[in-house]
Amino acid sequence: MNTALSWIKAYVPDLECTDQEYMDAMTLSGTKVEGYSRLDKNLEKIVVGQIDKIEKHPDADKLIVCQVNIGSEVIQIVTGAPNVKEGDKVPVVLDGGKVAGGHDGGPLPEDGITIKAGKLRGVPSNGMMCSIEELGSDRNMYPEAPELGIYIFKEDVEVGSDAIDALGLRDTVFEYEVTSNRVDCYSVIGIAREAAATFRKPFYPPKVEVKENNEKVEDYISVEVKDKELCPRYCARVCTNIKIAPSPKWMQRRLAASGIRPINNLVDITNYVMEEYGQPMHAFDLDTIAGHKIIVRRANDGDVFRTLDGQDRNLDSDVLMICDAEKEVGIAGIMGGENSMITDDVKTVLFEAATFNGANIRKSAKRIGLRTDASGKFEKGLDPYNAEAAINRACQLIEELGCGEVVSGIVDVHGDMKEKVVLPFEPERYNKLLGTDVSKEEMLDIFKMIEVDYDPETNNLTMPTFRQDLLRQCDIAEEVARFYGYDKIPTTLPNGEATTGKLPFKLRIEQKARDIAEYCGFSQGMCYSFESPKVFDKLLLSTDDPARQAIMISNPLGEDFSIMRTISLNGMLTSLATNYNRRNKDVRLYELGNIYLPKALPLEELPDERMQFTLGMYGDCDFFTMKGVIEEFFDSIGMRKKITYDPNSGKNFLHPGRQANIIYEGTTLGYLGEVHPEVCDNYDMKTKAYVAVLDMPQVVPFATFDRKYEGIAKYPAVSRDISMVVPKDILAGQIEAIIAQRGGKILEDYQLFDIYEGDQIKEGFKSVAYSITFRAKDRTLEEADVAAAMKKILNGLEGMGIELRK
Amino acid sequence: MKEKLEQIKAEALRQIEASDALEKLNEVKVNYLGKKGELTAVLKSMKDVAPEDRPKVGQLVNETREEIERVLEESVKRMEKAVRDAKMKKEVIDVTLPARKNNVGHRHPNTIALEEVERIFIGMGYEVVEGPEVEKDYYNFEALNIPADHPAKDEQDTFYINGDILLRTQTSSVQVHEMEKGSLPIRMIAPGRVFRSDEVDATHSPSFHQIEGLVIDKNITFADLKGTLAEFARELFGEDTKVKFRPHHFPFTEPSAEMDVTCFKCGGKGCRFCKGEGWIEILGCGMVHPHVLEMSNIDPEKYTGFAFGVGLERIALLKYEIDDMRLLYENDIRFLKQF
Repeated sequence: MNTALSWIKAYVPDLECTDQEYMDAMTLSGTKVEGYSRLDKNLEKIVVGQIDKIEKHPDADKLIVCQVNIGSEVIQIVTGAPNVKEGDKVPVVLDGGKVAGGHDGGPLPEDGITIKAGKLRGVPSNGMMCSIEELGSDRNMYPEAPELGIYIFKEDVEVGSDAIDALGLRDTVFEYEVTSNRVDCYSVIGIAREAAATFRKPFYPPKVEVKENNEKVEDYISVEVKDKELCPRYCARVCTNIKIAPSPKWMQRRLAASGIRPINNLVDITNYVMEEYGQPMHAFDLDTIAGHKIIVRRANDGDVFRTLDGQDRNLDSDVLMICDAEKEVGIAGIMGGENSMITDDVKTVLFEAATFNGANIRKSAKRIGLRTDASGKFEKGLDPYNAEAAINRACQLIEELGCGEVVSGIVDVHGDMKEKVVLPFEPERYNKLLGTDVSKEEMLDIFKMIEVDYDPETNNLTMPTFRQDLLRQCDIAEEVARFYGYDKIPTTLPNGEATTGKLPFKLRIEQKARDIAEYCGFSQGMCYSFESPKVFDKLLLSTDDPARQAIMISNPLGEDFSIMRTISLNGMLTSLATNYNRRNKDVRLYELGNIYLPKALPLEELPDERMQFTLGMYGDCDFFTMKGVIEEFFDSIGMRKKITYDPNSGKNFLHPGRQANIIYEGTTLGYLGEVHPEVCDNYDMKTKAYVAVLDMPQVVPFATFDRKYEGIAKYPAVSRDISMVVPKDILAGQIEAIIAQRGGKILEDYQLFDIYEGDQIKEGFKSVAYSITFRAKDRTLEEADVAAAMKKILNGLEGMGIELRK
Repeated sequence: MKEKLEQIKAEALRQIEASDALEKLNEVKVNYLGKKGELTAVLKSMKDVAPEDRPKVGQLVNETREEIERVLEESVKRMEKAVRDAKMKKEVIDVTLPARKNNVGHRHPNTIALEEVERIFIGMGYEVVEGPEVEKDYYNFEALNIPADHPAKDEQDTFYINGDILLRTQTSSVQVHEMEKGSLPIRMIAPGRVFRSDEVDATHSPSFHQIEGLVIDKNITFADLKGTLAEFARELFGEDTKVKFRPHHFPFTEPSAEMDVTCFKCGGKGCRFCKGEGWIEILGCGMVHPHVLEMSNIDPEKYTGFAFGVGLERIALLKYEIDDMRLLYENDIRFLKQF
């Protein structure tokens, strides 16, 4: 909401502060000021001048030479403006002064434009007459200004006086951010009340007294509200003998500063009252209202209605309509109809000031697709008491501004008006909640300023109706805090029972995952939780893959963000591809993020959110690099038993010969592998990439931070190397399983040290070599111990068709 | 005998003197002190010496031996040093050649900021908790005093799965889960992912992170809220950081506030970074609304509390001067490596 400070000062005349002080103080008391702009920015040395004489320029057809009286002297100004004549009073910027912009109305330069005396085609010119654009405004705000040319004062202004003041530009417009609970502050009066309380100055709201004629409103109009729930109050008044004319300058200026274009007295008055009271009003041409009757009812499903902007609107039975005896004449709270629009020929006006159900207006406006200034206010839920005050204010202005006559009386249809909220005054309670020591008297002072009534007899506080946010004692405490000053409230620390700070086990494991991934050269990425359903095809998932059962967002930002991911790989591959296409070399990324697995679709209960530890890389690395990372991670979280890898992991998106499930104590915890070349193609990556995914809910139960020292071996180890010729389809894992099973208690370790396929080895076989280490904890091993163990191992290997190389 | 020993000694010392390599010194050692060396030979001939003279001669032999050993050892040391020095002279390297990198990976700036926040609050006795990202409407809105028709529901641009289930718009939903557990007092922070239907641009993302904080105990005051968050700001942004609390409105707290901190670039003087204001808005907070306590079966007459919510990306962007939020989700390694 934008409002000129001069308008606020009209109700708080004693307000004296700089713009910055005003902004800071209002913000600290809860009316947040987003910023302000001075209307006289870069307007310097500009006075009212009167043109005494106009002559032709001797050397230029399009220029004229004016003698301009600026009060203290007469100066010569050369101009090309076509619209001035002798006797006109105009704004004149003097030598060394400044204007805000150029005459074309383009963007205003930050530091304005300095005007200097000089010669125009050889003729001295000692200043410049200004257009409204050069003064930083435009014809929307100053409709009386000419389209091209110098602004000419129509009213009586003193020659030599400050032209900026005369134009009403000695002002500052403040932009407020009003919170949704403070409906009352969407009005100049509301903000002025806050300003008065903030600066502790008296507040003088407008005095509303309406001079009425002898006619009776009941003779003009009757009102029937069929749906009182959607329309708690409907006030109607009638004005006759309407004379459409421009509104006075002061009203135009205030509206303009608020960003509202002045139109004519009638429109301006309704807009003015909407700004001033925060109550939207509507004016109907009474002669278009059939039967001189207003009926407030719901529309019928399928109705179409043409609003005054000429658009046809589709209605339904949840939309509230304003109707006459025959037809709809307006969509309640949103926009009037073309059929009852005010024209310049209007004779009699019917004013409406009503209160509508905020939620209904909000939803209707959304469905119809038409959000207006009025609906924006109604949807916040207006105070029914305010409607009457506002309509009276409008009628007062009609009469005072000579716009028409006011018919006596008001048609006021409403149900039971809400009772005022009454709460006992409990100063200790407020202090206890705030941690303050504010005196009872100071609290009562604050209440007085914000019109919360205190009755010493009953010790009760009564809330004003416009403060719909004051419902409980905590709300009162906030009022005390706001005007006492948030900055004056002390700073303490809670002194209750001591609690232990902790990071839960699951999160400690995740922290470890991050540490290990980073030690291994992986950097942390973050991916969105939602993605496109197309990713399943990109990942070559079969049509019946359970991962295709994804939760759909009903109102997504687009198809690309429409399902909750059931697999973390798309994010990883997309990130790798981004890096690849930007020619980043040797990229290693990891991510810790959830996937969302529905228990059933459509979703009835919350899905299973499973944290996935996803690793991906390309460049200088291979399958076994990735395997190393997994094993480092498991080791760091105390998972030190044998990890097995099952190549039959069945992932379509991985290379069929280069993938494995990661199995720990019989449980599959995840998988790793080389990305299928077709998938790489789908992601535009012309490189090999490797990924691993660990399902953290499966990993965490195996993890432990317990450690037990086992002692460093005292007795020497004995090593034996074996070299084998192995059928190609036997996996190293199978050989290792034999060694582990048969090595006995003295087996300490075994390491693959060579693997070879090629010329020297017969077709269908490979050469494999292991170094096996034995050690006993309690003695030096005898040759016989080792020989026995080796024999067992070798027998086992031979049983698998493995030949020993001598 | 004495002359002979003197002679041996002089000759040995001469040979030591003349040696120009360790091997030669070794030869001298063998020749004189070894099993078949000259001095050993003298010792062996002791049996020919009159018994009364033996101690004297023995002493003489030992002295000679010690002298030769001493000189020999000195020479060995000197020569070893010379050899080592020569070797090292050849081993000079260009220390300005590039380092061999260990290629350690980098944490995401969000996580760095999060761990920082967690560290601060764990130190103050807070427990870190988590809640679901796909959430019931009740926990995200209703139990936080945002009933069905509340305008705040529109303001937050919620992603819905269906009428009852949505993507949480705020980590405040975790407050409710914690309160429902019924174990008091509560001091928790709940970091996590939240979602709002904002189109992706430099300052918006449909998915971002918040950290919710909640304290519920007897006698918790607004002053405690101020003190706690001021402490937090000093820990996070530096000892000289000042805070400012402005009244604000949230449906689930009353009184409510927004907290600004002095710009950590200019210290509050006003600069381009803080748009000349000297202050930067950092979080929303307030005293837990009594109705919110009631809905979770906590008696607001006995207990009060405060809550706050911080945008993690906001902190990360500010702290690390990142000018485009999209960078956080692109995962370009050149970006990530800077943290």
